[in-house]
Amino acid sequence: MTATMTPTRRRSHLTKGQLPKYAPWAVLGVALVLGAALINLIGFNAFGWGIFTAVLFTVGLVAWSGAVEGARKAKDKLATCLVVGSFLIAVLPLVSVIWTALVNGIPGLLTPGFLGTSMNGVTGAADNRAVENGTKVLGGVYHALIGTVQITAVATIISVPVGLLTSVYLVEYGNDRPLAKAITFFVDVMTGIPSIVAGLFAAAFFFLVMGPGTKTGAVAAVALSVLMIPVVVRSSEEMLKIVPNELREAAYALGVRKWRTILKVVIPTAISGIASGVTLAIARVIGETAPILVTAGFATAINNNVFGGWMASLPTFIYTQILNPTSPSNPGPSDQRAWGAALVLIILVMLLNLIARLIASIFAPKKGR
Amino acid sequence: MSKRIDVKDLNVYYGNFLAVEGVNINIEAKSVTAFIGPSGCGKSTFLRTLNRMHEVIPGAYAKGEVLLDGADIYGAGVDPVTVRSNIGMVFQRPNPFPTMSIRDNVLAGVKLNNKRISKGEADALVEKSLQGANLWNEVKDRLDKPGSGLSGGQQQRLCIARAIAVEPAVLLMDEPCSALDPISTLAVEDLINELKDSYTVVIVTHNMQQAARVSDKTAFFNIAGTGKPGKLIEFAETSTIFNNPSQKATEDYVSGRFG
Ligand SMILES: Nc1ncnc2c1ncn2[C@@H]1O[C@H](COP(=O)(O)OP(=O)(O)OP(=O)(O)O)[C@@H](O)[C@H]1O
Ligand SMILES: [Mg+2]
Repeated sequence: MTATMTPTRRRSHLTKGQLPKYAPWAVLGVALVLGAALINLIGFNAFGWGIFTAVLFTVGLVAWSGAVEGARKAKDKLATCLVVGSFLIAVLPLVSVIWTALVNGIPGLLTPGFLGTSMNGVTGAADNRAVENGTKVLGGVYHALIGTVQITAVATIISVPVGLLTSVYLVEYGNDRPLAKAITFFVDVMTGIPSIVAGLFAAAFFFLVMGPGTKTGAVAAVALSVLMIPVVVRSSEEMLKIVPNELREAAYALGVRKWRTILKVVIPTAISGIASGVTLAIARVIGETAPILVTAGFATAINNNVFGGWMASLPTFIYTQILNPTSPSNPGPSDQRAWGAALVLIILVMLLNLIARLIASIFAPKKGR
Repeated sequence: MSKRIDVKDLNVYYGNFLAVEGVNINIEAKSVTAFIGPSGCGKSTFLRTLNRMHEVIPGAYAKGEVLLDGADIYGAGVDPVTVRSNIGMVFQRPNPFPTMSIRDNVLAGVKLNNKRISKGEADALVEKSLQGANLWNEVKDRLDKPGSGLSGGQQQRLCIARAIAVEPAVLLMDEPCSALDPISTLAVEDLINELKDSYTVVIVTHNMQQAARVSDKTAFFNIAGTGKPGKLIEFAETSTIFNNPSQKATEDYVSGRFG
């Protein structure tokens, strides 16, 4: 190779007047040092250090860029800093929540038998012994896990047909009729119902129908479906609406009846969106506490019957473990179990989200040859 | 198999808006009829009333008579579904069902209606329809692949195969070639020529050469101005319309001296 071929790394007239590549890092370094110095004036803490650094970094980079590159580039840098800053502010709580749940939840989750045993027979004395002798914390979330899964499953079985059929009516038959408008309005109102009100509604309803004090998993499922139905209606409606009209017309032109067209063309085309909407609706109600507390009560033993007897669930389990530790003098084991249950709940919701994506990709209309 | 269509004094409305007024036309069995005319003059609207597809649009309705071999498709007690299985339609934009394979798309008219059909019969029907649509050779090795994976022209021919698989008496086509390249267009035009042997074909087109090439008779629609209803101006042999039209407007339109 001849020496003349080596490209010049120096700046050409096209790249003149730009900040060097290392500029952000240099500014960041200076900002970190200055920020540390400033925060030490008022007493060091990591959070304040971050804030000072971010402000100094933004000011420094924008000022430097303004001096070298001109106002347009400086504004661009300012906007970038603001966008990235907002992003960090948005994810910080999320990361922090997951981190806290992991750190506090893993000891509970990894205790042998945590997922397989209930709280039946686990007394304050047992917890005291565990703390004093350093032995393993007894008791687990099995009964609550069973309860959560069963209650949400029943709620889903109630909500999906009702929600899907409602959205089919709204999109395919509604035609802006007064009834369709009224349904849309009430669905919107239902979306905003506080969850405790849904719980009270279900409790009162079963009070009237079955008699006072009826608290079972099924009542809780009804309460949850009151919360779920509007979400399912809304998401399915959106999904059905984006099915192109041309597909419906293609089916009609083949002499296919409307209900068959809906069943075999419209819904299959939208099914992936509908399925992920349903999964997200489940994820939305699976963490509800208040409505379950007033409808399913609270149990410490395994109850496999949704239609009879009080039932535990993960959120109410967490709630009672924190509020009324099994051993009031030694709340440590209860704390550990509560965090463990919280971690299980988060994992459950994440699994649901994964399943939603999986379903969406499985059912999605096939592309390619 | 193929049937004739006679239209008497047909008016088509979108709500209060009169879109097409006073159409009288007689379409022979086993012929190709082309509809031409400026944009917005109601060709698609009128075409849709021939198999009651306009009823899918909220507020649209038609007044008058459309006789399919003498029976009024708007008569009391006539089920639009029956009408549409007799009179098929191909749309401007290809619209294969995205959830179905090529094979299932062709069989859609049978399968969606839950008609029982044996595997052998189904295979024969798929081959016959795809052959009829000039598509068999291109897709015979990938019948189980999704229909949306075909090119635009292939998709349009797939839609034609789907339409002829239900063996309608009449086939309506609304600008079937407007999204196609010249070669696919030629394939579709050849196809129309073959279809004529067993079907009555009505085609809307903006392409005069196409109308001249494929049709036996041509109908010219026009509109007096925006907000006015579209009307059938002249209906005659294609050669008459293009060479020796009786109306001034027709002559202006076909010779390009329009407006
Ligand atoms: N769904 C509808 N609702 C209300 N008016 C409509 C509707 N579809 C069409 N129209 C009106 O009816 C008239 C005829 O429309 P049409 O689509 O039949 O025209 P066309 O001749 O097919 O035009 P093009 O050649 O552009 O396809 C136009 O004035 C149009 O605005
Ligand atoms: Mg049109």
